[in-house]
Amino acid sequence: MNAQAFIPEINALICGFFVLSAFAMVVVRQIGACLGVFIAQSLLLALSAFVLGASPFSWHLYAVGIVTLLSKVIVIPWLLRRFVPGEIYTLREISQSIDVPTALLIALALALVGFVLGTRLVTAAPLLATQNVIVGLASLLIGALVLAVRREAVPQMLGILAMENAAFLAGIAIAPDFPLIAELAIAFDVPLLAFIVAILTRAVYRRVGSTAVGELAALREHPQ
Amino acid sequence: MILFVAVLLPVLAALWCAFPRSERGAPVVTASFIAASFLLTIWIAACTAARGQVVAVGDWVQVDAFAVVLMLAIATVSFGAAVYSTGYIAHLNPPPQRVRLYYANFSLFIVSMLAISVCVEPGLAWIAVELTTLLSVLLVSFADTPEALEAAWKYMVITLLGATVAVLGVLVLFWAQHAAGGTTFTYAGLAADAHRMNPVLVSAAFALLLIGFGAKIGLFPMHTWLPDAHSQAPAPVCAILSGVETSAVLYVLIRLAATFRAIPAVHADLWFAIFGAASLVAAALLIVQTHDLKRLFAFSTVEHMGIMLLAASITTAAGGIGLVWQMLSHALAKSLCFFAAGGVALVAGTTEIAKLRGLQARAPLVGTMLLIGALAIAGAPPFAVFLSELAIALAAVYAGHVWIAVVLLLFVGIAFAGMMGKVTSVVLGREDVHREIGRLPRSTAVVLVCAAVPVLVLGFWIPGGLAHLFSTAATEMVAP
Repeated sequence: MNAQAFIPEINALICGFFVLSAFAMVVVRQIGACLGVFIAQSLLLALSAFVLGASPFSWHLYAVGIVTLLSKVIVIPWLLRRFVPGEIYTLREISQSIDVPTALLIALALALVGFVLGTRLVTAAPLLATQNVIVGLASLLIGALVLAVRREAVPQMLGILAMENAAFLAGIAIAPDFPLIAELAIAFDVPLLAFIVAILTRAVYRRVGSTAVGELAALREHPQ
Repeated sequence: MILFVAVLLPVLAALWCAFPRSERGAPVVTASFIAASFLLTIWIAACTAARGQVVAVGDWVQVDAFAVVLMLAIATVSFGAAVYSTGYIAHLNPPPQRVRLYYANFSLFIVSMLAISVCVEPGLAWIAVELTTLLSVLLVSFADTPEALEAAWKYMVITLLGATVAVLGVLVLFWAQHAAGGTTFTYAGLAADAHRMNPVLVSAAFALLLIGFGAKIGLFPMHTWLPDAHSQAPAPVCAILSGVETSAVLYVLIRLAATFRAIPAVHADLWFAIFGAASLVAAALLIVQTHDLKRLFAFSTVEHMGIMLLAASITTAAGGIGLVWQMLSHALAKSLCFFAAGGVALVAGTTEIAKLRGLQARAPLVGTMLLIGALAIAGAPPFAVFLSELAIALAAVYAGHVWIAVVLLLFVGIAFAGMMGKVTSVVLGREDVHREIGRLPRSTAVVLVCAAVPVLVLGFWIPGGLAHLFSTAATEMVAP
């Protein structure tokens, strides 16, 4: 039996863990643990790129995997630790806008929607790795839920980064030869994003005294 | 080559601001580099009018008539805003480090917007759009008040959420083209291969891109962040955000429209019309309710994005001319409005409409310019926006979409009434509050007066070269 036969199975396993990590992002309450989930998810994205790039061999996907490792597993966590005040990471988020069981149910429904839409897409055009598209779409929708549920700055922005991971999990399957120059630029874009968010989070912490951005509601059309 | 120089020149200004103790020269250096970029853009526009296009790197970085009109709008408004900033920011008297941060960020933000207009590869265009968000967030939060930080945070979260949805749309489009055997991943290449692509994939890409970029354009119902961000940022930044940034993202969507139109099952024009009409109607009704000058003009941006999307849904050359014309006239008129609103904030210390009654008597220059700006943006003759809106309505009637013309005229009328009711109470109302009135910095006053000139002139006369660019752009849109 040769190793190539295992590749779809290994990739399916990675995708399974990926969708689990998307659920974990909704559930995990401690902000530091949330960051941990994000790092694990990025690792899975890189692994999937390596596995898909192994056969047929694609240096392009290897480059994507290495860049993902560098930017999302090393640089972004470092930036967030460096610029966001340390005490935030030990916080446990109490005031979510929806309680955890309800959020999980909604996440489940979104995952189903993602699976249905993804299945329609992959039947439209032949593809090497169909799991990536389906899991990517489901995780993208769950990532949007994280943004709606979370009120703290750091988890909200980890939700955005998780959505980006999901888009790229689908991307490495549907567009493995996407222009490398564009992909590299996107990879540099993401640490810039983390840097800007970290700066803004620090400013909010300094001015408002907490980072519960969901509670900020001074701007609206108030009647006189 | 000239394209790269024009787009990247302001990077040098940003580098200059990186040096310690550069804050004294930063305003002048920034304004001069952006002025140089503005002059080069005029040169590029002249070349494009003569030759049809200017190419730096084929299939990656090039401009045609439509792109160069957008580039012209961006460069003009940026130049005005850069000069306006010199007086405005100095008047706020921030610490030196924040001055350097402001000007460095400002220059890079302008580079990212110019980049949208010159990239013809959708992947690169997406990166440029994402960079406009990242590079303007810290400008929105410049005031460093809880309100400004809240506005910046909302702006960032919603537009970045949109960006991640849009990036998947770009990737699906790439997939659809490659599955159909196409290789040239550009606006024109996609349109050429479109009829061979799988309709399911193109529909999915359209939905992802319309929602993703729609969030950044401020289309209803994803517009909620827009009045916050466009009112909390410093006035020159508001002028750019409202005047050209939203249009630049709309430009990317309209450039891809030819691809979506090739597949009838996508119903691209129907969706454009639905989102356009919804944004126009919602914004017109919100304009009537708002109590703040800057929010008033921000809602007017949502209104104008709706009008432009309606124009895009009319697939005739006349509709295309109306769209390009509206893009330019909106940029010029809206920046004038925000320059005037910034002037109001400087002299009166607030932009709340109820507290500004009778401003005209105390600050005649600012009051007059505010009135001109509001008349111009609301679509009164003899200003440029009046003509472009009329062109769109006529194009809709000739194309057989009478309902578009009816919705357009009705809700532009409501928005006009709402806006003029509020602005006339500021300008002409009887003075009942005696407020301390400050002085307007000289550079700010000069820009305020100069910004009104093109708005008025383009209402009477369009130079031959510009008219040629408009009609070429319209044919590019219909058949790329």
